[in-house]
Amino acid sequence: MKQWRFEIFNRPGVSDVHGNGVLDDIRELGITSLEAVQSAKVFLIEADFDNAFAERVAGELLSDPVAEEYYIGRSAAPAGLAQATLIEVHLKSGVTDPVAESVMTAIADMGVAETHVRTARKYVLLGSIRPAEIETIAKRVLANDCIEDVVVGDEAEPPSPHLSPYELDIVHWPIRDLDEAGLEALSAERDLFLDLTEMKTIQAYFRKIDRDPTDIELETLAQTWSEHCVHKTLRSAVDMTMDGQPAQHFDNLLKETVFKATQDLNKDWCISVFADNAGVVEFDEDSAVCFKVETHNHPSALDPYGGAATGIGGVIRDPMGTGMGARPIANTDIFCFGEPDKSLDEIPKGVLHPRRIMKGVVAGVRDYGNRMGIPTVNGAIYFDDRYLGNPLVYCGNVGLMDKDKAFKHPQSGNLVVVVGGRTGRDGIHGATFSSGEMTHEHETVFSHAVQIGNAITEKKTLDVLLQANEAGLYEAITDCGAGGLSSAVGEMGAELGAEVDLEHVPLKYTGLSYTEIWISEAQERMVIAVKPENWEAIKHIFDNENVEATVIGRFTNDKKLRLHYEGQQVGELDMDFLHDGVPKYSRQATWTQPKLNEPAPAAKDSYNDELLGILSSYNVASKEWVIRQYDHEVQGGSVIKPLTGVANDGPSDAAVVQPKLTSSRGLAISCGMNPLYGDIDPYWMALAGIDEAIRNLICVGGRVDRIALLDNFCWGKCTDPETFGTLVRAAQACYDGAMAYEAPFISGKDSLNNEFACEDGATIRIPATLLISAMSLVDDIDRCVTMDAKQAGNLLFVVGRTKNELGGSHYYKLQGHLGATVPTVDLEMAPRIARCVSEAIAQGLVASCHDCSEGGLAVALAEMGFAGGLGIEADLHGLPVSKDCTNVDAQLFSESNSRYVVEVEPGKYDAFARMMLNLPFGQIGKVTGDSRLVIRDTDGRNVVDADLDALKQAWQKPLDW
Amino acid sequence: MSDVQALVLRAAGINCDRETAYALELAGAKADRVHVNRLIENKALLDQYHIVVFPGGFSYGDDVAAGKILANQVVHHLAEPLRKFIDDGKLVLGICNGFQVLVKMGILPGNGDFRQEDVTITYNDSGKYEDRWVHLLPQTNRCVFLEPERQIYVPIAHGEGKIVAKDAETLQRLQCEGYVAYKYVDANGQEGPFPINPNGSAESIAGLTDSTGRVLGLMPHPERFVRRTQHPHWSRLGEDLDPDGIKLFRNAVRYVQENLLPVCPA
Repeated sequence: MKQWRFEIFNRPGVSDVHGNGVLDDIRELGITSLEAVQSAKVFLIEADFDNAFAERVAGELLSDPVAEEYYIGRSAAPAGLAQATLIEVHLKSGVTDPVAESVMTAIADMGVAETHVRTARKYVLLGSIRPAEIETIAKRVLANDCIEDVVVGDEAEPPSPHLSPYELDIVHWPIRDLDEAGLEALSAERDLFLDLTEMKTIQAYFRKIDRDPTDIELETLAQTWSEHCVHKTLRSAVDMTMDGQPAQHFDNLLKETVFKATQDLNKDWCISVFADNAGVVEFDEDSAVCFKVETHNHPSALDPYGGAATGIGGVIRDPMGTGMGARPIANTDIFCFGEPDKSLDEIPKGVLHPRRIMKGVVAGVRDYGNRMGIPTVNGAIYFDDRYLGNPLVYCGNVGLMDKDKAFKHPQSGNLVVVVGGRTGRDGIHGATFSSGEMTHEHETVFSHAVQIGNAITEKKTLDVLLQANEAGLYEAITDCGAGGLSSAVGEMGAELGAEVDLEHVPLKYTGLSYTEIWISEAQERMVIAVKPENWEAIKHIFDNENVEATVIGRFTNDKKLRLHYEGQQVGELDMDFLHDGVPKYSRQATWTQPKLNEPAPAAKDSYNDELLGILSSYNVASKEWVIRQYDHEVQGGSVIKPLTGVANDGPSDAAVVQPKLTSSRGLAISCGMNPLYGDIDPYWMALAGIDEAIRNLICVGGRVDRIALLDNFCWGKCTDPETFGTLVRAAQACYDGAMAYEAPFISGKDSLNNEFACEDGATIRIPATLLISAMSLVDDIDRCVTMDAKQAGNLLFVVGRTKNELGGSHYYKLQGHLGATVPTVDLEMAPRIARCVSEAIAQGLVASCHDCSEGGLAVALAEMGFAGGLGIEADLHGLPVSKDCTNVDAQLFSESNSRYVVEVEPGKYDAFARMMLNLPFGQIGKVTGDSRLVIRDTDGRNVVDADLDALKQAWQKPLDW
Repeated sequence: MSDVQALVLRAAGINCDRETAYALELAGAKADRVHVNRLIENKALLDQYHIVVFPGGFSYGDDVAAGKILANQVVHHLAEPLRKFIDDGKLVLGICNGFQVLVKMGILPGNGDFRQEDVTITYNDSGKYEDRWVHLLPQTNRCVFLEPERQIYVPIAHGEGKIVAKDAETLQRLQCEGYVAYKYVDANGQEGPFPINPNGSAESIAGLTDSTGRVLGLMPHPERFVRRTQHPHWSRLGEDLDPDGIKLFRNAVRYVQENLLPVCPA
């Protein structure tokens, strides 16, 4: 076939948005000698069409007649005085190229069916530049080594797309005679991440059955037993030592803390918890909602865009694979990065700059979430330099399903069917990779662990699966996540047994071995169990919308997993050994209360500067730049958007969505997290997270009696007893918090070993980071409340006691202190306050409500004021405080939990006050018509007196990119 | 009981079809969500409908350019039945990605009056996708979907919404001859820079109609403001807040009832 090359440039006069963006990024690297960057799209098409048809393809399909012009063949560097450098970025062989697939379909629509298409990007850098700088630009701005190849100049040819076919070669790994060193070496060489005990358990199994394992058997065990899949650390037995004294023993940490609260509470509205891909709770008479939050940290560190995109893509498949499948209705995302203003020489080798990571991660979530048509409604971003080597990317998804379809029923004889995307070499070893520590060499060693997403494939798959579900044509469904088919088929067939013919799995390209097929984590694939008599009907639904579905095996009844390739058995494992054979661990955990000092900042007359400083700190500052890039309104169910207030730019406490457009019942979704408190005591950090997530729900009108929680632990290496001790402390708090609020955990996940080994031997360990996500019902969305001050003359109250708890506060952080007095939670009082505030909102007594969190009361008042475009006059005289909370700075900036600022119309004062009667509450001021925030101390002096417009600008500026 | 039949087109990557169908039903139509493959298989299917909506989303991932692949598919498989549909006096609405499809097919601003090479929609000046609310001021009295003079407030959510004309003359014609349906304005009806004009669109154009006034394409999403709680600060406004988006759909339904349905015997 003939090779065609098409290059598409912007017409002169049409702004080259992409090229300009690249130029900005290059200048951010400190390379300022370039005058301009031109970008072009390149299409390499193998086809048997003539020149006339090629002109049509270029003019009608590949280029825009108004904005672009095309060039058939290879264009030379533009004439002119400026030095021009040509750089092309090509996808590596085998990497998914969705644009190419669309172009092939479109050329077929034009009448030529047989084509092969590849795409690339071309950049013309205008201006003088040194070769070393070209390399930096290619690596840091233009391309990602993991998935792309860079070609500089106009001579070199792109990599060949053609791969040689695979010929069966069954590989055995002799294990039976290995000594301990040999076992450990095998695990390390093959990136199995199995420790010695596990390797010995596997050795014993194969000695018993008297043969050596094949590679696919060991790989299957390695990924099924990976930390990522089985959470062996959190399920291990623990002896906890506190302050040097033996304190507590757990047989199974998770079961005796997080799970136990759920069991002890035993809520009848919990339908399926900790059992499926997401936790399922009742929504209304007919429907249920499920919620899952996952992390995708290591992939996002290597390839921020792809890692985050597949993070959100992966978590969306969790509700899709929960019960008989849910329809995704909302996304959440919470990120932790290093501070974005670091200079390049402060960045360790092997690490991307936090600003590049953040931009890439946001773009990845944006492009995948928006394409899926799922609103991203809630999130947070947290900055701390300990996330430099290990950024955290939490992605969540909420789904809606029929209540009577919350469970699966796979049966012997069902067909194993893979639906959706094809299998490629992407994502190999993702599950095991994510279970290990990162090093400065990860970039090269683990490039294959990066997965490549294609949201449209997932959307198409979702569309047809919902139809098949409604028609009742399958018996079970699950997603291909970490561990790929191995995990999906292995889990679905755990109680049955399964046999799979691996050569039937549709591939993106030839050359994959049977093991690669089995453990690939290629995206957008779901596995369903189908009765043979339903196969034709369900296939018809999939064919109708061009979604590929293939029978790859069947479920059996002998509890064995059998894997075949071209008629030969390549692996056989007992399901019981696979799922229950992982050795049980016994671990030590220690916790010693750190000896910390409380700073004593001198009292000041004015705290304007401190307030400004906190508002413009990265953690508190407006995240509007991120939020607006997400479609938060698609599906039409948005009730409380992430930004609110008179100018649509105030920070909402929680999101509310209307899952069914025909019902006024809503769902409130929120999160809570504060890693700084964990540096003092992770127990209180966890409780603060729970309290914050719940406060946020209450503030918008969420019901207090239907709160469901999710936990996501991101920690360092838990083989270190001290690190593990902090996790045990946090897990204990999860139990206490859930019990106090009667809010069960319904799902959770952990990501351990988040440490980065620098080239110089130093280790950067992330702070203990527990994300609490929460959701609750809203009975009537028309009664929801937002945080913006509504009306001059309205009264302002604080409900909840302000204590002398500046430890871990942003006030201290700004001054370089940590402090010791971490915010605590009064487990008896906190739920009472939440209940009363919730009741007041339900009765329509509340005009606005905002929780006090980072930055304390002063920040909460400022946000309410500028979001409402109004002023606030407050008097600390009315503030309910603990006896030791006498200093003005503590009253303004203490981050004590369980506090709400509530705005009430004067006419509703009596009814509101009656409801708060036995709680710590007080009137602290009123809303005014001017745009000033004035706060007086108990002696009547103005300790804050600031223009709210200036405060708002300070709050908006840092992340207004 | 409604006799007004609307087809909401589905395709790979279209994702606003459910709420668009809901808005049509709320306005009194009966709405079916139909995959483009079904229409290509059975072109006569279009005859059953009075309104066709190309909804928002990312058809085929917006690969090559926004709306391009779906436009190419419709041009090569459905151009004639769609032309006939419009010639029969029926209504076509394109929202966001649907608008991009209509422009890239040449349906808007209208083959016959303009060539496909005259107008396009391209990347926002900001270089990024944005979700924000905008004010729209009608510019024509020909388009059956909108009420002349009545400003509306609705959200946009797109990365490629900037309308570009080939030359000044084309732009002039679009404006003078009533092809511009809506312009982006501020709350007081005045044009202005970003964020008033959120994407840098030429002459602040937000939507286009054709010479019949029965085809409308617009970047903003009227289907996202059919209930008061969808307004971005509804909690500051009264309970009688009237959603602007639903009116577009009501006008379409009323037009069909008055012009395309047989008059019921009294």
